[in-house]
Amino acid sequence: MTNLDVKRTAKLFIGGAFPRSESGRTYEVFDKNKNFVANVALASRKDARDSVVAARGAFSKWSEATAYNRGQVLYRISEMMQGRFDQFVEELSLWNKNKSQVKNEVQVAIDKMVWFAGWTDKLAMVTGSNNPVAGPFFDFSVPEPTGVVAAVSGKEQPLLNLVKTIGSIILSGNTCIVIASKTQPLTAVSLAEVIATSDVPAGVVNILTGDYEEIAPWLATHMDVNAFDLTGVNDRKLALSLEKDCASNLKRVIRPNTKIDDLTRIKSFLETKTVWHPRGF
Amino acid sequence: MVFEYAPAPESTKIVDLKNNYQLFIGGKFVKSNGGKTYKTINPATEEVLAEIIEASQKDVDLAVKSARKAFKTWSGLTGSQRGKYLFRLARIIQERSRELAVLESMNNGKPIRESRDIDIPLVAAHFFHYAGWADKLDHAGLGKNPSPLGVAGQIIPWNFPLLMLSWKIAPALAAGNTVVLKPAETTPLTALLFAEICQQAELPDGVVNIVTGAGETGKYLVEHPDIDKIAFTGSTEVGRLIAQSVAGTNKKVTLELGGKAANIVFDDAAMDQAVEGVVNGIFFNQGHVCCAGSRLLLQESISDNFLDLLYQRMKTLRLGDPLDKNTDVGAINSSSQLQKIRELAESGTKEGAQMWSAPCEIPNKGFWFAPTVFTNVSLSHRIAREEIFGPVLSVLTFRTPDEAIEKANNIPYGLSAGIWTEKGSRILEVAHRLRAGVIWANTFNKFDPTSPFGGYKESGYGREGGRHGLEPYLKAGK
Repeated sequence: MTNLDVKRTAKLFIGGAFPRSESGRTYEVFDKNKNFVANVALASRKDARDSVVAARGAFSKWSEATAYNRGQVLYRISEMMQGRFDQFVEELSLWNKNKSQVKNEVQVAIDKMVWFAGWTDKLAMVTGSNNPVAGPFFDFSVPEPTGVVAAVSGKEQPLLNLVKTIGSIILSGNTCIVIASKTQPLTAVSLAEVIATSDVPAGVVNILTGDYEEIAPWLATHMDVNAFDLTGVNDRKLALSLEKDCASNLKRVIRPNTKIDDLTRIKSFLETKTVWHPRGF
Repeated sequence: MVFEYAPAPESTKIVDLKNNYQLFIGGKFVKSNGGKTYKTINPATEEVLAEIIEASQKDVDLAVKSARKAFKTWSGLTGSQRGKYLFRLARIIQERSRELAVLESMNNGKPIRESRDIDIPLVAAHFFHYAGWADKLDHAGLGKNPSPLGVAGQIIPWNFPLLMLSWKIAPALAAGNTVVLKPAETTPLTALLFAEICQQAELPDGVVNIVTGAGETGKYLVEHPDIDKIAFTGSTEVGRLIAQSVAGTNKKVTLELGGKAANIVFDDAAMDQAVEGVVNGIFFNQGHVCCAGSRLLLQESISDNFLDLLYQRMKTLRLGDPLDKNTDVGAINSSSQLQKIRELAESGTKEGAQMWSAPCEIPNKGFWFAPTVFTNVSLSHRIAREEIFGPVLSVLTFRTPDEAIEKANNIPYGLSAGIWTEKGSRILEVAHRLRAGVIWANTFNKFDPTSPFGGYKESGYGREGGRHGLEPYLKAGK
């Protein structure tokens, strides 16, 4: 008799832990051929709000970490991803039968995380400045993280998009709540497991599976969320209402269908702080 | 010892006021299409200065069309050509600076000392700075060959009328955009004089369009479908409406909104400098400053001593005729703003704070509010949370640096903050932990065209000034 497989329960990732949805709900996920794949946690409003609390709680420690340290942690994520290469390929293959495309996506995603890792201690050099003001002052500008960022990750190439979303947000010291692709959530669950074993402090990355249509409005109106990446919101009407909701506390917004390069994406979640001090004896 | 000052008023002869002003569209002053008119006044005397048009939707549409038409040619010029136009503007502003300063003080109520020594020189400096950027856009941080966005709709406040115009127009034009600018309802005059300066500089028609009016005119501009970019400086309340209004469009937005800056004084601060800085922080420009140091956070051990020094200093502030060269505190810009300040000051007393005002003689005419300090303020008081936008200082105390930072950050705004201490490491640590876009350490309310300015959180997004100030007017190069 062959040994019976131990299957994984696909759960949420909140505050460094893997809870089921507080609502107790799950939904069934099917592969391309409509075969049952797994019961995945269907996140609720409460899960979203818990994630914001976790992300806010993690912000000061993560943003205070040295850029060198954040770079190492992000690089560690890519190491862990490489170790799970085959698993990611297998999961993506459930929905994409083109093996070479799938392998390419995984490798590009890993390389992208390496690229992000290298940015942490370059950002202040590239986006900061020493300002030659007309007076006896030392004056400089430095980038700082915006705070807690919510995101709906793109549906196509779910792993690569998730990596782009998370990496571009957290490399500068932000923390995030990401709603993963509903139909292809397995790579998100696996990436959460990668992150949980990469020395990323608990709460820096929170990953929710389920309907963004249901959860995103709670995040868009949440007063303790500072920015919202709407890239993965396909429904125009919903995108419009989410962007309007984001005005409640003037969240920084990336609109859906915005074609931006990855550095501009990184800069979308930065604030510039300018400091003046007089010179003199 | 008290020195008596003889009146030293600046002459208004240098200003050539017209009875009524038209809109500036397509390089010409034109009549309105159905817009109403209103009177703009001198807030220090309540005298009518001129009649101004409240631009209609049709007017705004014509202005946008004219900017769109000019965009092709303007963005097609070489950067160095565009730069030379901006250098010309900077020079003419310098040449006509006295006239601009007097007119600014007449229409706004700010002391001539300030408009002459701070506002107008900074306006010229701003154009000069961005003039030099026009042919160096490859170095703006957006890759090779970044492109302009198109037509920018710009809406500015009444507290620094011409300075805010320069913050908006100079970077937009340097990057190759054309603009439609709406000055504030109560302070349109220097913007209209700037329109004349554009003519003198032979700026191509339609590159700068100026439409006067109030909120409705601004709304037409924000909602116009052919606008690519909105730049707004004003209240957080209106900023929110703009953010909602542009939702679902491709319009880019920068918002420079309200603030409630903490000015933190530690026990080792150089006292006299700190007192001077606190006075400058809140009473500069009558407190009509979004980044004003309106919350004084005093370390408990020095609080009584510091307040004594502050009151002494405030007793010497001279309130009165904005055109008098000895005036420190000018007029409140409008009667509605005065109402707002009074209402908030009353709430302070009602909620249990203690009010002290400098003993100033208040002129019979015009809008005035004496420099005022509230003590016994708690974090939940309205005067500790809401932007008063007037010469009113709320004083809170703290014991430890952590408490000061906590109190400073405990507000939805994040525009600016001040730190007063002689300890270098403390300055850097506090500056690092304050969630605000501009931190002044052992100084306050300093501005420079090379220095990025803008807020965190509900104080808005985007930066103005320096290389950072170009980015909101450019698309990344391919």
